Amino acid sequence: MMATRHLTDDELILHYYGETAPDDEPRAAGHLQQCAPCRAEYAKLQRVLGSIDESSVAIEPSPSFERTVWARLEPNLKPVRRGWVSWVLSPAPMALAAAVVVLVVGAFFAGRATSPTPAPTAAVVSAAVEHIRERILLSEVGEHLDRSQMALVELVSTDSDTSFDMSGERSRAEQLVADNRLYRQTAEETGDVTLSELLDEIERVLTEVAATPETGSSRDLADVRRRIESRDLLFKVRIVASEIRERQKAPIQRQAGPRS
Amino acid sequence: MPQTDAAAVALARDGDSEAFRALVERHSRAVFRLAHRMTGNPSDAEDVVQETFLKAYRQLSRFESRANFGTWVHRIAVNCSIDLIRARPHREAAHDSADLEQFGAAEAAEAGRPSPERLVLSAEVQERISSAMTALSQMERAAFVLRHFEGQSIEEISRALGLKTNATKHSIFRAVKKMRQALEPFVAQPDPDAESLAADGAR
Repeated sequence: MMATRHLTDDELILHYYGETAPDDEPRAAGHLQQCAPCRAEYAKLQRVLGSIDESSVAIEPSPSFERTVWARLEPNLKPVRRGWVSWVLSPAPMALAAAVVVLVVGAFFAGRATSPTPAPTAAVVSAAVEHIRERILLSEVGEHLDRSQMALVELVSTDSDTSFDMSGERSRAEQLVADNRLYRQTAEETGDVTLSELLDEIERVLTEVAATPETGSSRDLADVRRRIESRDLLFKVRIVASEIRERQKAPIQRQAGPRS
Repeated sequence: MPQTDAAAVALARDGDSEAFRALVERHSRAVFRLAHRMTGNPSDAEDVVQETFLKAYRQLSRFESRANFGTWVHRIAVNCSIDLIRARPHREAAHDSADLEQFGAAEAAEAGRPSPERLVLSAEVQERISSAMTALSQMERAAFVLRHFEGQSIEEISRALGLKTNATKHSIFRAVKKMRQALEPFVAQPDPDAESLAADGAR
């Protein structure tokens, strides 16, 4: 007989959420009133699901959350289709151009001072420029990682019980974020996944620091520390910086190889 | 700062970034909470927030001014969360029911079975809930979160997740079953009536 059929677990769940089909609801409600075992089972379900209501599953983001979100978001809102003029005037190409000028001028005078040699082919010049470009980028990224590491170490080791002046950390973070963004984009373009992922993580932390109020609270600092420590960020920065130093040495060794 | 979302949207459509900033400031916290519940991970939730507002910004022209901006962003956030979960299947290694049952029993034994009243609100139970949530599969978690926390109907969830109604129901059933297995040892109160009734006959 339908009236005595117990409610299944699935039917109890539907009843709890008010999702029982309208035609079936009177039977489900009526059965629960009359059937003590089903009522007991339903009470267990209520307690479990009720405990999930009472406990907040989501964590509350830091007070500076909105500022951090905006600081990360804003540069991406207008995809900058950079023209060649703005690209040429940005720091990395300017440094590259300066290095090439130094190389060419130096080679010119060196050539005049020594015995004449055959003119280098276009391929050789191109390889030399590429080599210099890579060296400059590695050098700059290495220095950037060192500066970032120092900033992170200071943040982790800052002692603060209540509030403190964050203005120094903020301005340094702002500068590092600007540099970091450029290096990250370059790393993405060149397919250096490890470096671009690390720079992305650094950028998140630095953006958060840049977005904190000038008088930071201990909670602001705790959030930043937690992010640094939870991802072993300092350790990763050390490893990648060390790898970059090795990569800087590598071209010199390769060049020296064939001569011996 | 524009007083209403509708005014902010109108200005943002004309390129006013401060107006869009106002929208981000009003809604990003709610989007984060939703994304965290859906993904179970603060870092992923932050990514969802970024992706959500980036998409919202790019699709502002498609937003109907009579609609509610918060609801619209909420839908985008749900989709972004689902996209992210799908893109990271390695995090979705769901525990099977036996694991959960065993884990729950072991945890309860370790806890020395203190009173349920104390446990219900304890951090330990919250930790259990969090663990149980991460043990759900992507669809189970998404469907459960939308039903349990967001109060969406099964029909609405089906549309959001692109599932048939029955598939959505079963995702929710499985999720609830797993949550029960994980949490019942902690929150089920000994009920003398129920025990005596259980002796009368199983359901």
